[in-house]
Amino acid sequence: MTLGFVLLVHTAFDRAEQVARYFAANDCPVIIHVDGKVKPRTFKDFRDRFQGEPLVRFSRRTRVEWGTWSLVRATQFAAERLLDNFPDVRHVFLASGSCLPLRPVAQLKDYLATHPETDFIESVTTHQVTWTVDGLETERFTLRFPFSWRKNRRAFDTYVRLQRRFGLRRRIPDGISPHLGSQWWCLTRRTLESILNAPDRPAVDSYFSKVWIPDESYFQSLSRRYSADIESHSLTLSKFDVQGKPHVFYDDHQPLLERSDCFVARKIWPHAERLYSTFLDDERPIKRHADPNPGKIDRVFSKANERRGRGRPGLYSQARFPAPGFENGLSCARYNVFSGFEQVFHQFEPWLARRLGGRVHGHLYHPDQVEFAGGETVMNGCLSDSPALRDYRPEQFLTNLLWSTRGERQSFFYGPGDTPQIGSFLARDPNATLAIISGAWVVPLHTSNMDFDEIKAEAARLQRAEIMFLRTLRATGVAARVHLWTLAEFVEQPIEKLQNILDEITGPGPRRLTDLPQMRDISGLPDFLLQLRNGGIKPQVVGDFGSMPTRINRAAQERSQNVR
Amino acid sequence: MDRLPYFVQHHRALGIDHFLIVDNDSDDGTAKWLADQPDVSTWTTPHGYKASRFGVDWLTVLLARYGHGHWCLTLDADELFVYAHHDRRNLRALTDWLDVTGRPTMGAMMLDMYPRGALGSGASDPEKDPIAGIPYFDAGNYVMIRQPKLQNLWVQGGPRARAFFRADPRRAPTLSKVPLVRWNRRYAYVSSTHSLLPRYLNHVYGRHGGEAPTGILLHTKFLPTILSKSVEEMSRRQHFENSNLYDEYYDALASGPVLWTEASTRYHGWQQLEGLGLLSRGGWD
Repeated sequence: MTLGFVLLVHTAFDRAEQVARYFAANDCPVIIHVDGKVKPRTFKDFRDRFQGEPLVRFSRRTRVEWGTWSLVRATQFAAERLLDNFPDVRHVFLASGSCLPLRPVAQLKDYLATHPETDFIESVTTHQVTWTVDGLETERFTLRFPFSWRKNRRAFDTYVRLQRRFGLRRRIPDGISPHLGSQWWCLTRRTLESILNAPDRPAVDSYFSKVWIPDESYFQSLSRRYSADIESHSLTLSKFDVQGKPHVFYDDHQPLLERSDCFVARKIWPHAERLYSTFLDDERPIKRHADPNPGKIDRVFSKANERRGRGRPGLYSQARFPAPGFENGLSCARYNVFSGFEQVFHQFEPWLARRLGGRVHGHLYHPDQVEFAGGETVMNGCLSDSPALRDYRPEQFLTNLLWSTRGERQSFFYGPGDTPQIGSFLARDPNATLAIISGAWVVPLHTSNMDFDEIKAEAARLQRAEIMFLRTLRATGVAARVHLWTLAEFVEQPIEKLQNILDEITGPGPRRLTDLPQMRDISGLPDFLLQLRNGGIKPQVVGDFGSMPTRINRAAQERSQNVR
Repeated sequence: MDRLPYFVQHHRALGIDHFLIVDNDSDDGTAKWLADQPDVSTWTTPHGYKASRFGVDWLTVLLARYGHGHWCLTLDADELFVYAHHDRRNLRALTDWLDVTGRPTMGAMMLDMYPRGALGSGASDPEKDPIAGIPYFDAGNYVMIRQPKLQNLWVQGGPRARAFFRADPRRAPTLSKVPLVRWNRRYAYVSSTHSLLPRYLNHVYGRHGGEAPTGILLHTKFLPTILSKSVEEMSRRQHFENSNLYDEYYDALASGPVLWTEASTRYHGWQQLEGLGLLSRGGWD
């Protein structure tokens, strides 16, 4: 009879009874505190179930409110009774009605017998605490909290703000070093008695009764004052979600709970039949004798917390529709956008597909059709090639495409002739690599057979659209990687520029570019540009072709050298 | 009647205690079958679906009278509710957890299921899982906005948008729903179960980057009986606000199109849907 339990119960009485009986059957006395809010009738029925069970007794009751002193008060009542009624008890284990022992109590007793003077209580200084949800760490101890956080959040927050503004602070009593930690502990009789019989206990209690969430700090701070040997972790496995609510364990967690090697876990869903029948059966074959290692299951739960808190970047769904600024990544994967290249080179698209791998689409935002790679009419995820569907939500068309093709590099072409709505999204998205040759649209135009008036109109239209897009790229908040040349700049050293882009996309490779696609003949461009200018369309985005002829020659030479 | 037996069986297995069913003037033995079920209460009405604001008036009365204080799952007969862990944790586990985390509602997206071949081909057995005959769905073509007035998410897309509304996507059917609510008599569904009042109940999606717990309604509209159904619906003109606009839709449906494409996905369970981002456990691990 060396280990005793304090059980705090407010609901699921059947399960609490089961667990209390299990402890008692293993020669461990149990003092149950039933929440004062529970109806007297229910309490009486519950208490009567333990008639003829001398090891299970009940403590004085108090009404317990979450996050308040009442929880400590209840623990004190029960712990005092336990120490008083059962003088043989050397360790006191604080548990709740939704706790479940994961290993036979005999193992826990053996473990404690090898640590007779050790207090198992998570107890961390306020500077090291990282888990608080409300952001109140040191201030838990220096401000006053008369209002309920759950029921009267506004008053709670206002009063905290007021105290901060006027610098109102409480004095921490002498000899108290504020520590925080899990509410569930296992203390030695010596430490617990020292806390409960301290000469200054009235002053300490009155101080802690106005601290925020004292059940996470009262015993945690005071055991630092009295304990000879603290192991600063709890023997109770409990996990919290991003809101600070405890994770609940269900039947399907059984293998995970076994792997943790912890002695006790909370909270257990009251209807988890299999967990209760398995873990309360001491006849089951016991294979494991390792020390508790809650870290083994941390990974699983931190992944769930990550999903809950930050979500999967680039996912837009019924579960996740972040407000602007909260996306945590506009899209799910890197992608590449080429503008103008297909007009400067013959057969650039197939060449790029060979070089880059993944999928190289045509103009996804062409006004008349969605040019999926390979002329597909539906893409992964059944993304349709209907331009109307695409233009209905142009950004989600792209995020859907990227989401459904995760793991495969996506590239597409985009130019001033395409629907412009997607432009600002591309500029804002850090996943986008934009390679743009501005003014490249003059290349097909200058060999066009159209009437010159039509050519002028088309040139004016494309130039206006391109200027708008380039303006977007100069706005604040551009996060895409942008490589921008005018046509004149690009044709000066096309290979180097192309090489740099491809290196950036695929990572630097040993191979120099050798099989360059063939460049279109642009020898007539200077004349054409002059014609445009004289026709009233001032070319603004193609760059300076003033000394065109020599440069073109150089580019052509360079090309022919590399092709060989 | 071609769906009810499995509908009831599926949701019974999820832990539904009691079914409240509105029978809109059926003549195929539905009433008799329902009367034989121990956990079903039935209300019968001869009045038009449209006149009751597409059933919302019926729901409102039943929910106000019988739903107060209960978790209520409001579904059409052609919807099967699935959620993360539904194969090992029942609805009671789910709603207990929603209570703990302080959520009064949970959202779900309708997922249109369709066959490999033309609509209307094949046969289905009302007692068997209908998904076996229509196991395909669109995995990644859903689009959405947040509607400012009711602050609900408006999701569209899927095979119907792609096949029947590719020229006018705005009119494509709404897929977002809020089917699971801890009901209070002060609440009301506004249009079908797509949105509710008061509007904070529509906040079933993560707004700050995280994922909220979300289910999927497997939509079995495209069982083989769809062809005769759509002819009937077209003649009754009960399903849309502005029925004339949807003539083309019914014509297209009645012609038995193939919704399946090379890019369609075959259904394998909730883990797959979670991987695809269509449902989320939302921290319920």
